[in-house]
Amino acid sequence: MILTAAWQLRSLLSRVRTIAMIGASNNPLRPSYTVFSYLRRQRFYDVTPINPAIASIDGITAFPSLAAYAAARGVPDIVDVFRRPSELVAVVEQAIAVGAKTIWFQYGVINDAAIAMADAAGMSVVVDRCMKVEHARVCGDLAVNGINTGVLSSRRQPVHPPRAADS
Amino acid sequence: MIQQEREFGFATRALHAGTPPDPATGSRAVPIYQTAAYVFGSTEQAAELFALRSYGHIYSRISNPTVAAFEERMASLEGGLGAVAFSSGLAAQLCMVLSVAQAGDHIVCTQSVYGGTVTQLSVTIKRMGIETTFVPAGDLSAVAAAIRPETKLVFVETIGNPSGVLADLRGFATLAHDAQLPLVVDNTFATPYLCRPIEYGADIVVHSATKFINGHGTTIGGVLIESGTFPWDNGRFPLLSEPSPGYHQKIFTETFGEYAFLTRARAEVLRDVGAQMAPFDAWLLLLGLETLALRMERHVANARAIAAFLQTRAEVAWVREPKLGSIFTFGLRGSREAGRRFIDALELWSHLANVGDSKSLVIHPASTTHSQLSDAELSNAGVEPESVRLSVGLEDVNDLIWDLGNALQAAARE
Repeated sequence: MILTAAWQLRSLLSRVRTIAMIGASNNPLRPSYTVFSYLRRQRFYDVTPINPAIASIDGITAFPSLAAYAAARGVPDIVDVFRRPSELVAVVEQAIAVGAKTIWFQYGVINDAAIAMADAAGMSVVVDRCMKVEHARVCGDLAVNGINTGVLSSRRQPVHPPRAADS
Repeated sequence: MIQQEREFGFATRALHAGTPPDPATGSRAVPIYQTAAYVFGSTEQAAELFALRSYGHIYSRISNPTVAAFEERMASLEGGLGAVAFSSGLAAQLCMVLSVAQAGDHIVCTQSVYGGTVTQLSVTIKRMGIETTFVPAGDLSAVAAAIRPETKLVFVETIGNPSGVLADLRGFATLAHDAQLPLVVDNTFATPYLCRPIEYGADIVVHSATKFINGHGTTIGGVLIESGTFPWDNGRFPLLSEPSPGYHQKIFTETFGEYAFLTRARAEVLRDVGAQMAPFDAWLLLLGLETLALRMERHVANARAIAAFLQTRAEVAWVREPKLGSIFTFGLRGSREAGRRFIDALELWSHLANVGDSKSLVIHPASTTHSQLSDAELSNAGVEPESVRLSVGLEDVNDLIWDLGNALQAAARE
């Protein structure tokens, strides 16, 4: 199932805890580092880089493959992908092989065959969206930048809203 | 807390969007955060904020909680992805241009726009090396012919000022998109209550918030709203799709995706130009927006009644009835002197250079707002020497008609 509505993304982001980030870079100029750095600072997220070219990012040990991660840590709640479109079919095959239920393709990470394969395998699929941005929308951080969060409420929110999964 | 699919209506969003109760105090009215800067949680958090890797307020030249509430409400009302507020409508327009264009680039703009926009584009922005071609608003083929390889945007007003010409927004959007360009619409006269240009294909909407958004003539302000759907990575916008020396060599389209334009407009352009909105001004604008729907209904009803009244008067040569909104022009018979006597004889109508106040306003554009324009530019802008512009307010309409009737009699007396 391809998730597009804001409420579907919000619901997803408040359910997941373990994130395997394929193609995470330790170069601070890369978008993947920006997203990694943001997500690992959020409470309740456990983010792990999957990248055979690096040993770790900011002290967090990287795994060389999704299979190696799954063997050591179990199935990740979500597979977040920063890879070239030509490599995405192989990435989806690996995700299916470890039993992942959700795959998230970041901005510009688009391959129609890979998307169709993940969808056909019964996975929840997010395409051409940034997990950092969507998380910021859920927890209200985006509102500091005048973004239309779609959140209308007259209920008092705690200063640091708990994640729905914990409340 | 997690919202489902409910699409709230305009009046509900005008009251609630951007302003849940203050998380720190429970204050139901949005607090005025009158502060220049914000304490960092840690040195690490400070570094993350400056690198745009996390979200938070740093300094009120770049963002402020009260201003952000206004921005989010405007984005919600216009149906955009987000908004950036500025110290005035012209500041919003300048920063919009600087977000996508640089020396050597080009703009296509319709002729029937606000005189201040014409001078901003044809004098100040031209001196920065960005040229503008002005084309007739009704001639889509002239717009298409004016587009060059270095063109970065097409600019129109929903309702021409003061000509009242309505732009074919869908036509302009198709034409701009065919040329891989964004359509930018000044929606000041219509407000999002009467027209939401993004629904007709516009990519960026700009406002002078001083007018109907404020509604009470108390505040100068501006805002831009972006749809988030324009492909800024199409190869025509290197300011957004190539490494930025102003921000750690970040590529905005790659890092921020659909937020690329809004992020650059704030984090680079607003930061460097320094034309930010003040928190108190944002607070007044939020207050104004709460009643926008109610006010626009009455503005339009009063304007229709007054246009009908003027049609019946012998002293009036012509009336350009408003097709949308409450600002329109009419021509007096007789000399320029008749126009002067008319304005001098008014009691309730305020003679001043503004529109969109709850109080009714009147002006003679040829000698005031549009006085920097040449005769040819005046005629292109739809301003005749005898034009009188009315911005119809919310008074009892019979009182407004009484005042106009007396002044018309005074104007006719030699």
